[in-house]
Amino acid sequence: MDDGRPIFVQIAEMIENSIIDGTYAEETQVPSTNELAAFHRINPATAAKGINRLVDDGLLYKRRGIGMFVATGAVETLRERRRREFSDQYVRPLIEEARKLGIGTEELKKLIDTGEEQR
Amino acid sequence: MSVVAAAGLTKRFGEVTALDDVTFTLTGDKIYGLLGRNGAGKTTLMQLITGQNSGTSGDLMLFGERPYENERVLSRVVFIKESQTYPTAYQVRHVLSLAKRLFPNWDEDFAQSLVDDFDLPRKRKVRKLSRGMLSALGVTIGLAARAPLTFFDEPYLGLDAVARQLFYDRLLADYAENPRTVVLSTHLIDEVADLIEHVLLLDRGKLLLDAPSDELRGEVVEASGPAAAVDEFAAAHQALHREQLGGAVRASLRGSFDDAERTRAKKLGIDLAPVSLQQAVVRLTTERTNAR
Repeated sequence: MDDGRPIFVQIAEMIENSIIDGTYAEETQVPSTNELAAFHRINPATAAKGINRLVDDGLLYKRRGIGMFVATGAVETLRERRRREFSDQYVRPLIEEARKLGIGTEELKKLIDTGEEQR
Repeated sequence: MSVVAAAGLTKRFGEVTALDDVTFTLTGDKIYGLLGRNGAGKTTLMQLITGQNSGTSGDLMLFGERPYENERVLSRVVFIKESQTYPTAYQVRHVLSLAKRLFPNWDEDFAQSLVDDFDLPRKRKVRKLSRGMLSALGVTIGLAARAPLTFFDEPYLGLDAVARQLFYDRLLADYAENPRTVVLSTHLIDEVADLIEHVLLLDRGKLLLDAPSDELRGEVVEASGPAAAVDEFAAAHQALHREQLGGAVRASLRGSFDDAERTRAKKLGIDLAPVSLQQAVVRLTTERTNAR
């Protein structure tokens, strides 16, 4: 588990991914801090920091004495956020690499169409 | 109240300064990594904290009291060191019952489950134990003691990768249930990188770094790309290391790498790669060697 970003950010993102793909559905419980720590072999404080980040974002909420649950609307919130980041994270690097290789805009569009067809 | 507070702590052995004006605080309930090369002063520091020696100058407080020859605070500390020795005529079970009397928070059930986990022969005499079994016994005592301040100084001599993983897993699980202050001193940094919340890095007796490990991970990167571009980018940061292959340069840099800096790197055609905690520590401690 190491892509250079703080581990708590990676933990938060992993939970986000599981929320988006439905592994943790809205209004269901997510693993506890200690479960996350044991599973990923990380410090419990780090796991707690990751969870708290999602609580601050309104994606998780605490049911007292029970645990953390996925908030209603979390999937939609995450999708919107990821859509906003899509251009920066995927489209711009794609265009930059294409320029480096001398692939023009028209050719790039064609490649995307072909990729779509092959899915 | 802090668990350990050192202020200007210095220890000399004759001509050698083992610890040089070290100041730091350990707050409660964290897993610390005490890192550094051999001879950096790690063991000396732990000996001072565990009251086995007194400092030459400076101040050291343990739970608000001076630890040297202070039974009251030392009963709250367990220190498991490399090549820990036990009375050789004792059997494993005798060592454990001795430890049980020594540590007020001792958990007997936990101790017995660790003995099973590590396959320790209860009736074998200490002098007949292998190096790995002795280490496993030390780890068992260190964990089951549940001391508010727990030190492990390279506790794994002779322990294989499976037994070490067992140690990390048991430590993590027990720490989650019973938070306390744990200090791990080790050379196997990559193995414990994700367990450690805070890093203390000693280098030639000086405290080089005192920072949360998450912070440290973001602080050191490896930048690679065309020489001119990397050098231009590096000018804004502290260069720890630089290697060149033809027109390409790879440099370890320390600084703040926020989104703006990452965008600047990308525009210059530079690839920024993360480094592991171990790599960061190696770069930080060799940088001083090169500078000398």
